[in-house]
Order: sequence, then structure tokens, then C-alpha cells
Amino acid sequence: MNVSYNWLNEYIDLEGIEPARLAELMTSGGIEIDSVPARNQGVSKVVVGYVKAREKHPDADKLSVCTVDAGLGEDLQIVCGAANVAAGQKVPVALVGAKLPGGVQIKRAKLRGVESQGMICSARELGINDKLLPKEQQEGILVLPDDLEIGRDIVNVLGLDDHVLELDLTPNRSDCLSMLGVAYEASALTGRPLRLPDPAADLIVSAEKTSDYVKVGITAKEQCPHYAARYIKGVKIGPSPLWLQNRLIAAGIRPISNVVDITNYVMLEYGQPLHAFDASKVAGGRIEVRLAKEGETMVTLDGQQRKLEPHMLVVADAEKPIALAGVMGGLDSEVTGDTVDIILESARFAGATVRAASRQLGLRSEASARFEKEVDPARVIPALDRAAGLICRIAGGLVTEGIAEAGSAEAEPARIAISLDRINRYLGTSLSSLEIKTIWSRLAFEASETEPDSWIVTVPTRRPGVTRDVDLIEEVARLHGYDNILATPIEGPTTTGGLTKPQAIRRELRATLTRAGLHEAISYSITFPQRAALFPQLSGAGEGIRPIPLLMPMSEDRSVLRTTLLPSLLEAVVYNKARKTHDVGLFEIANVYHTAEEVLTKLPGEKPRLAFVLTGNRRKASWNGEAEPYDFYDAKGILEAVFERLGLTDAIAYEAAQPEHFHPGRTAAVRLAAGGESLLLGYVGQLHPDLQREFEIGDAFVAEIELAPVYEHAASRIEYRALPRFPAVERDLAVVVGRSVTAGELVSAVREAAGELLESVRVFDVYTGERIGPDKKSVALALVYRHADRTLTDEEVTAANDRALAKLEQSFGAELRK
Amino acid sequence: MKERLEALRQEALEQLSQVADAGRLNELRIQYLGKKGQLTEVLRGMGALSAEERPVIGQVANEVRAAIEAVIAQKQEAFEREETARRLQAETIDVTLPGKAPSVGSIHPLTKVTQEIEDIFIGMGYQIAEGPEVETDFFNFEALNLPKDHPARDMQDSFYITDEILLRTQTSPIQIRAMQQAGGKTPLKIICPGKVYRRDDDDATHSFMFHQIEGLVVGPNIRMSDLKGTLLQFVQKMYGPQVQIRLRPSFFPFTEPSAEVDVTCAQCGGHGCRMCKQTGWVEILGCGMVHPKVLEYGGYDPKEVSGFAFGMGVERIALLKYEIDDIRHFYYSDQRFLSQFNRM
Repeated sequence: MNVSYNWLNEYIDLEGIEPARLAELMTSGGIEIDSVPARNQGVSKVVVGYVKAREKHPDADKLSVCTVDAGLGEDLQIVCGAANVAAGQKVPVALVGAKLPGGVQIKRAKLRGVESQGMICSARELGINDKLLPKEQQEGILVLPDDLEIGRDIVNVLGLDDHVLELDLTPNRSDCLSMLGVAYEASALTGRPLRLPDPAADLIVSAEKTSDYVKVGITAKEQCPHYAARYIKGVKIGPSPLWLQNRLIAAGIRPISNVVDITNYVMLEYGQPLHAFDASKVAGGRIEVRLAKEGETMVTLDGQQRKLEPHMLVVADAEKPIALAGVMGGLDSEVTGDTVDIILESARFAGATVRAASRQLGLRSEASARFEKEVDPARVIPALDRAAGLICRIAGGLVTEGIAEAGSAEAEPARIAISLDRINRYLGTSLSSLEIKTIWSRLAFEASETEPDSWIVTVPTRRPGVTRDVDLIEEVARLHGYDNILATPIEGPTTTGGLTKPQAIRRELRATLTRAGLHEAISYSITFPQRAALFPQLSGAGEGIRPIPLLMPMSEDRSVLRTTLLPSLLEAVVYNKARKTHDVGLFEIANVYHTAEEVLTKLPGEKPRLAFVLTGNRRKASWNGEAEPYDFYDAKGILEAVFERLGLTDAIAYEAAQPEHFHPGRTAAVRLAAGGESLLLGYVGQLHPDLQREFEIGDAFVAEIELAPVYEHAASRIEYRALPRFPAVERDLAVVVGRSVTAGELVSAVREAAGELLESVRVFDVYTGERIGPDKKSVALALVYRHADRTLTDEEVTAANDRALAKLEQSFGAELRK
Repeated sequence: MKERLEALRQEALEQLSQVADAGRLNELRIQYLGKKGQLTEVLRGMGALSAEERPVIGQVANEVRAAIEAVIAQKQEAFEREETARRLQAETIDVTLPGKAPSVGSIHPLTKVTQEIEDIFIGMGYQIAEGPEVETDFFNFEALNLPKDHPARDMQDSFYITDEILLRTQTSPIQIRAMQQAGGKTPLKIICPGKVYRRDDDDATHSFMFHQIEGLVVGPNIRMSDLKGTLLQFVQKMYGPQVQIRLRPSFFPFTEPSAEVDVTCAQCGGHGCRMCKQTGWVEILGCGMVHPKVLEYGGYDPKEVSGFAFGMGVERIALLKYEIDDIRHFYYSDQRFLSQFNRM
């Protein structure tokens, strides 16, 4: 809503409150005002001039030489380039020494040899948004009404000595979609009285009865609680007076013709949209407000043929729809230059109905914006009278007696009980009863004191947003000033804050992963279907899990929710590689979204996961060493560090696995043993070379694991073990086995066979080579034996070691390497 | 004999004074002091001396031995010192060459800001609550006093999945879930961080996915002045004790009264600069007293309890804090960007 400061001044005396100050006051009161542009963009010494004669320029086809009376006593000779300049016109004349917007200065000049003592201006040259002018005024010079006094300052004539308050309204303050509403607000904030117009002041009523000309009825009562019309005979359609045009332009509305302009003017003034029909085009003198019929169509004012649907509300005559209620009028019944009698409509259409229609048709208008937020029931009739009166005054015509009306204007104003104590307890203020009463009075809310310091407040229907005691408290707070509310500490028992276990674990994961040199990524949860199809074992595609599609995605690229994290990280690797970052270590902790439902009937599973990717070098080539490329064991080592931090090392097992899109020989399934079960957490491994090629990246080592079981089973309790009092005995065992035997198998076999005395076993060397044969490898294990309560004898250690060796020989055909 | 000893001393000291290396020194030690050395040889003639002369000469001989030994020891030490110095010289390295640092990763700037805010509120006695990103229309809108045809729904275009399920547009649904879970208990003090989604075209300041942190306090006598006190405490911990706040009336369907909160511009200290558009204030928060309907949906009786809520955009705070020019940097995982946030 754009509000002319001068116009507002008609309803409330703003003497001494500059536009900028008013904007500040309104903003601190809750009506945000972004800017207060001056209407005058730098015009001075421009006056109304009269073109006495126009002659062709002797040396230029497109120029004319005009003799202009600008009220200086002496006529001016002005060369003008506009095609529409003509003798007998009143025009804006920039005198020598005049200034125009954009820093233009007018000087005496010679144009093609002819002296010019000024300039005749177009609207644009005067800084007026000419899109808001009638078409004929957009091209060439601005032609002014004939009755203007010669020599008058154009700033005054065009109402440029004004400022515009640009209101940025929140949805609860639709009351300020009207000048009167803004005036009420300004009055509440300043305490100054209002000067409200008398809506019926200008009405000239004839003896004829409205009911003889038009009857109205409502079929769709829910969508239209109230419809009223006046009949005005004998209007003369023409341009509006300048003052009216100026005000519309200041508000950003284009003047069209007197009747239409008046409906817009009153809409701005009262917030009540109005519509004028050419009475001769309304068949049967009957207006019916009803829902559109299946298959009905109409042509709206903008010339578009509209298909109507049964949820849309229309204003119809005896035969057909003549307006899309609250959205736009029909072309057929439009007021034109030939119109003589009009039916003027003022009605209350339901907000939701208007919104649905305007959305579906993509038609938003000043009217629909107001209806959508519900108009004030108490203003339907005053606005009708006000507009009818102005039409009488400006466009001539007589109003017939009586209003054609259906439905009811009645609306129960909200009555809210509230007490001083409640207000002060809610806000933490110590306002007095008198202060509260002053606020009710400034708001022009009627308050009756039911008992000391308690009131029943009657809220006028112009403020539909105020329905509860907290709404009244907000009114008090904003008029008292938010700045005047103190900052207090919360009273009552103290509480202890803290992280939940998953939150604490997530922080630990981040700490561990960043210590390992990885950078945390946050990538988009919405991806595209082909990406979501990668890594089926992680995405759950194998078990019927499907990516969830959005109903209305913004693009195909972002159309489904991701079911795995790794594809996002691979995209990040590609992104980094394109920017010459080849050594990439990224991790992400985020949810994936899993459902087996084709159409969601309940919320999907949101599974928290950790994923990371390593590619390029762990350490760059340096003066003291070769580059060290990342390998599988870096990825696995990071997971090991993570599980160590979470006390899960002994519960985790890695098994060779071949999930899709992973390197079949370099991938492990990560399992967590918990409660007698072995849960698959995810995978760690190298990407399949085919996928690496597809993404055009080098060897990439990745992992993605499920976090929910980790959250559940992580042991934060540290179980201290007393330091050993007796020495350990260390024995090495190097065996030659087949290549396919895994270290994991050997270690668990040793653990099982060596018995309780074995404290630890560790692989310290793996050798393959000619010396031991092509299909063989040598694995060296370091075994540590210890007894908690005594020193071990050589015999018992040897016995345990022999058992371990025997087991390896038996199970894997191992040979002791000498 | 005495003369011979004196001559021997003279000769030995003379020779020793010219020694240049440890090998020669050893040779001379053997030559003079060894078992077959010259001193021993001279002393063999002691037997021929009288009983009176013997102690006198013996003393002289000991003096000569001591003198020679002292010089040898002195020389020896000097040679060892030189040798050590030589070795250390040879071992000298260029300490200006780069070290072998373990690589340092980084926490995402949005995580850093979130954790910082979490920690401040944990210190003020808040628990951290979380909720699903895929939400029902009920929790995301209706229970927050945004019925289906509410005009304020225009303010946030949403990613719907079905008519009833959508990606949450705000972290506020967590408030409803947390209230319902609390089962009417007070005081409830939580903050709710998380991802949210809106159908916004991406540009330098908008992203269809972003992060919010909301706070909620419900108790028997929570006042708007408590909200102000809480926010002031928060911003002073976050930005420093000199920072002030300013509340401006605003509108949110789920709070009444509602306010937008500005803080003193960190860039200029409130004097006015480009970042704060010359106002001295920067908007960072929305807040208000919890709407009675929202309390009811959360299972509280608005006659018995009141509450306040506030919410902020994590991206906005991070953009301001680090003076980042484009919100999209947060989601592109560019390591040149991420690695800048590797400090405490």
C-alpha cells in the first residue's frame, strides 16, 4: 500500500510530523515502512503555459516553433519536438533556469537556428511514472486540462509536493490497506484526532426508486454474505479532475475515467473494492451472486476468455456472468465513454473464495488483494455512498432512492475481557489503569470497565485481526512501545541444559573426522532420480525402498529426496576437481529418507547417516617424501578411529563384500554385533572403477554407515582395567597360507585356539613374493601372553602357541615359516 | 736425574703444544707416560739413587707426570669438544623447511555457528530438541495456527509430497512435538536446530534448503520482558557485552505479540555502515509470545501457562559473522571454502 502523505493529512492533522518521522513512528508501531520517496524528483521553475500558436520549424521537419504564454507578461518562443503539441493547449513549460529530474537544467538555446526560451515537458521529463498515465499522455508532451491558471507552478498542479509512504504490511494488518485504516493507525500513534469524511455528503438523490431499475439476490450466501448496489442515472464519462488523478498516481494506480477512478479512489480510501457496471449491459435489471456453472465462460476486462469452475463466485445478470466476483469485471458490462447509467456494486465476498479463483486464474488485482484478507463489513454501505456521492459531484448524474441490497451488513464485533493485571503479567510491565485506558481511546476501541482495572473491549470490525486478549495485549505493547518493555530474567526453577546422546555423538564424530583431516560438507537433500539410483545396497532399492518425489519440484535436478549420501559427496568431488582441488577428503552427517510406499500415507523413515569420501593424496609430495595416495586402509582406519572413540571397536567386524557400484575386491561390509545380532551398518571400500570413470575421478575410497544403531550402542562409559602386575611374554608366529585366506580369519582362529592366556594378537607383516610361491602369502603375527596373577612359565606359553599354530595348520593348511 | 726429568717435561710440553689431533695426542701419551714410555724409562734409574735422593726425585717425577697428564687431559677435552662441534655442524638442518603436520580438517561453518548457539543456550539451561524434516501439514502449519486457507501461508511456498505431507518450512513443528512430549510439564526450555525447505529460487541470499534454530520456553509465568532478557543475554554472549537489541512489532501466526529483533551492527558498532544500510541495526531474529492456540495444540492450558518463542536463520548469522557474499557457498562443498573454517 502506497500512502500519499498529503492525502493522509486530510484525515489527520500531520502538522509538525515530517514524512520521515511519521514513517519511523509507524514502523516502531508495527507498520513497516521501507522508504518514503518524495514525489518531486527535482522539478523547479516549471509552470503551466498556454500554447498560443504553433508553426513548423523552418529547417527541421519534426520540430515546431511555439508561441507560449507562461504568465511572464511576455510570450516565449519555444522549439518543441513532440508531435502532439498544438495551439490552444495548456502544457507544462520549463522556464529558462528550470531544473528537471536527473540534473537537467534548462538554458536559453538555439535549435537548428531558432531560439528556444524554455522547454515544453512530457510526463516522463517531470519524473512521473508514465506507465500510470493514459496512453495518449505517454507519448509526447503532457497535455493539461484547459481550466488551469497560466503560470501556476507545475509541482502544485501535479501534486508533486508530496511524499509517498511505502507500507510493507504483515497479513494481520489488512486494515491498513485503506487510507482510513492508516489514518486510524496514525491517530493511535500520535494521539491526534481523526477528521473522517461524511460518506453521504455528496449524494444527490432523485425521486425514482432503485428497485424499479435493479434487483439483487445472493444464491451463494456463504461466499457472499452481503451485496449492495446503487443505481446512478445520467453520468457523463470523461477524465477525472487532476487532484483525483494525482492521488491515484501517488498510490500507483492508473487513472482511466471519472467513474472508474472514483471506484478506485474509494477503494483506496475505505479499503472496500467497488465495481461499476454499465446498466444498459446488465440484462433484465437483475443481479445474482452465485457460483459459476460447469462449463461457463466469460471475457474479463483484460480481454481474456476465462473458463470458470464451480468453486468460483460470479456476479451474474439474468443471463450470464458479468463479473468474476472480487477478482475482475467482465468486458461486456464495462463502463465506456458511451455509458449513461451505471450500477455501482459494493459487496463482501469471502476471502478464501476470492483467493482460490484469483490464484487459479493467475489474476491478482488491488480488489482481490483486499477481498482475500476480508473487507470490513461496516464499510460496505458507507463506501457505496461515498463513491455514489463522488460520482454525482464529479461525473454528474443522480442517484435513485434506496440501495438494492441482499444479505446483511451485520457482523458481531469482538468483545474481549481483559484486566490490567493480565496485561502487566503477560508483558512484564507496570502500566497504570490510566495508561491502558488512554491506549483504548487512542485505538478508538470502546472499553467498558466492568470492575476496577478490568474491561470489556469492543473491537471495531475494521480490525478483524484482534479477536483474543493476547491481540489486545499486543495493541497495548506496540502503543506503549516495545522499547519500553524491560529485559528481565526468567523466574522459576532453574533447569539444566545439555545434549542428548545422539547429539553428543555427532559432535564426537565431527571432532574425530576433522582430526583425520576431513572437511565437513552439507549438501542438498533433494536430488534427481538417476543419482538416487546409485548404491542400491545403501539406498535400500533392493528392499523396495524408493526415493520420495516432490509434488511440484522446482526442477528435474531437484525432484526426489535422497536415499543415500554418497552421490552428493561424489558430486562434491567432481565440483572440487573442476576447481583444481584434487586431494579431497569430505564427510557429511545427514538424514536419508526411506519409504517403501509409492504414495506416502505416513512419514518416511529418516535415517541419520555418516558418509565420507577420500580421493587423491593423503599427503602431497614434499621435499622429504613422495606423495602418499589415499588407499582402502585410510578409509577403514578412519572408521576404526570413529568406533574406537565410541567404545565400539570390539563390536565391529569387517567382511569382504561386493555391493553394487563398489570395487568387488576392495570393499568391506561393516557389521555391528549387538544383543546377539549382527547389524549391517554400511560399507567401506573403493568405488567401482566404472563409476569412477563415469564421474571422471581417480580412485576414490568411501564409506557410508547407519548411525541409529551407533547412537544406541555407543558406550561412553570408560571401564578402567588395573595395570598388569606381571610381565607379558611375546611370541611371533609367521605362517605361509594361501592368498585367499584373510588376516581376519587367521586372527580369530589364533584367538580361539590360544586360549585365555593370549592377551592380544596383531598382524605385523604380510609378504608375498617368489620366495614362498605364487599363490601363497606369509602373514606374521605378534602374540602377547599374560596372566593377571602370576608370571607365566615358558612351558605354558609354548603350549598355547603350539595350539594356535596347530589350529592354523589344520584350518588353513598353514606352514610355519622358518 | 733431576735434570733429565726437567728436560723430559720441557720436551713433552713442547711437543704437546704442537699437537693438532687426537691421534698424535695419544701417540705422545704413550711415548711419555706409557708402560714403555720415556718417564718410566727415566724412573728405572731410581734404583741407583741414594735413600735421601729417592723421595726428592720421586716427588719431582710425580710432578712431571701430573703436568704432562694435565696438559694431555686438557688437550683431549678440547679435541672432543671440537669433534662434537663438528658433528653438530654436520647434522644441521634447514629449520625453515615445512614440517610434517597431520592434516587438519574443518567443521562446516553452519555447524560451527549452530554449535556456538547451542552451547550458549545449553549454558542457559536449554535442552536441544529435534524433529523430522518430512512433516505433516498439521505439525508444520495447522498446529502453528496456520489453517489451510490462512493468508500467511502465502509467505512460504512449500515443497509438498502429498496434500498432507511436506518438507518442513520451519523448525517450529519441533516445538509442537516437544510440547506434546512434555505432557504439560513446566518449565520447558528447548532450542530446535535443523534443516528447512522452501520453494525459493536460489540466489546469493536465498536457498531452497537452509537451517534454522528456534527456541521455546513455556512456564507458569513467562513474560514478554523475559523474552527480551533472554535474547539480550544470548546476543551479548554471541556478539559481545556492548551489543544491544531492538524489538519491532511484527506478525507471525504462531506468536502474539510478535516482534522482529535487530542487534547492534557488529561491523560499525551501531554508527551506521553499508552492512546495516546506515541504520546501525541488523535484523537477526523473529520472536514473540506463544499464541494461545499453539499452546493448546501443544497440550498446555493458555490460562495456566504462557511462553515465548524465537527463531533465526543460521545461514544469515553465518553470512554476517564471516562476511560471506553468497549463501550458495555453504552447499557446494568447495574445499577451498570449507577449509577456511578449520580454527577453533
